[in-house]
Amino acid sequence: MDTYYHSHDLGRFAEMGKGNKDLWEKFSSYYGAVFTAGALTEREKSLIALAVAHAVQCPYCIDAYSQTCLEKGSTVEEMTEAVHVTCAIRGGASLVHGVQMRNVVEKMSM
Amino acid sequence: MALTQPSLLARGNPLADSSAQRRILNTSRCKPFEDRLLESGLAPLAATGITVFQINVGKLCNQTCRHCHVDAGPDRKEIMDRETAELCIRALAATDIPTVDITGGASELNPNFRWLVERACALGRHVMDRCNLSVLLLPSQADLAEFLAAHRVEVVASLPYFRAAQTDAQRGDGVYEKSIRALQQLNALGYGREGSELVLNLVHNPVGAFLPPKQDAIEAQFRRELMLQHGIQFNYLYTITNMPISRFLEFLVDTGNFERYMERLVNAFNPAATSGVMCRYTLSVGWDGTLYDCDFNQMLDLPVANGVPRHIRDFDPAKLHHRRIVTANHCYGCTAGAGSSCGGAVTP
Repeated sequence: MDTYYHSHDLGRFAEMGKGNKDLWEKFSSYYGAVFTAGALTEREKSLIALAVAHAVQCPYCIDAYSQTCLEKGSTVEEMTEAVHVTCAIRGGASLVHGVQMRNVVEKMSM
Repeated sequence: MALTQPSLLARGNPLADSSAQRRILNTSRCKPFEDRLLESGLAPLAATGITVFQINVGKLCNQTCRHCHVDAGPDRKEIMDRETAELCIRALAATDIPTVDITGGASELNPNFRWLVERACALGRHVMDRCNLSVLLLPSQADLAEFLAAHRVEVVASLPYFRAAQTDAQRGDGVYEKSIRALQQLNALGYGREGSELVLNLVHNPVGAFLPPKQDAIEAQFRRELMLQHGIQFNYLYTITNMPISRFLEFLVDTGNFERYMERLVNAFNPAATSGVMCRYTLSVGWDGTLYDCDFNQMLDLPVANGVPRHIRDFDPAKLHHRRIVTANHCYGCTAGAGSSCGGAVTP
């Protein structure tokens, strides 16, 4: 069955440079700088990236950052907790909008 | 529950035959290693001398780790005899090679291990023992730690992770707990302690089909966690990439990870690491006296070539010092990322 997502397309990411080399190079340079150790370690940044990958539900990013987290020395327990952070924030973001629902209900109700 | 099994040989697995391994490596979609060397201006890869004389005393081991590149185990009978050990000492005596690196299997289970250590020490050489740690707890080896300490042997100990789940998944049920007890035993003798001359280094291998972390980063984690959890100290931690051969190759093929792992190694090819790989300064002697460029070539039955002597009885340092290294696709394992050698990462 055909699918929009192919795992081997991840390796073709750099082909995005063909449409606009300058923007691609700026993005690549920025991307590389972001993931270099600074106030946060490379390992910590990879765990954040894994959590964000789940928030944006990008299968390429999940694949890439699962491997990267392992290669930075993280355990599956740490990675699982990172995904729970995603889940909590996403779930919380839905739930907190319930206050808006309550505002509407309160305004309309006797 | 760890999934360790008997050796490939004991199971009659086709990969017990090194030619079957070489065939799989050659059929990988990756660019041949030799071509990559040529492109990088690094061919032919040649030795720069011999500063490490590595002796693999055999395949006998008390463990059967899932990633073992030797296919070692309790069932393996191939071990170095005294006559070959004597030839090693004679070769060493004819040179000023400073370091003797003894490996296996569990090298300490070879009846000639202690003799080799004593003779190498008597020649004034620095001796390293690649130790699986659990061997120190065997009743037959009750005095092993004291022996190593008495001879100032550097212990290079395998410990893939500072948690039991990961360690046992790679090395077998209960191995982490035994490893911790052995490390505490070594610490008690002064190994790895600040100010002590007794050196205790650890080896980290990834527990799966991925590259090791940066050496300094994972070393800091190990140092913190082992001290916090068990009060254990050590000198340095070496990261070593799992080589796509033998039982690790079996794991890669069985789990459908082979091509992806090879691709990972190839994409991480690092010319700077290639210049410093261990085969350039190491001579590896097999249990039967055959000479190799490294322990991995040894397991693939790829002896030294290009007109140099192939057995320790014909040892000729002048011919071996600048020999051309035998390479194949498994060599991507040593040139990926920060590089990998028996002494850990090759580049910072």
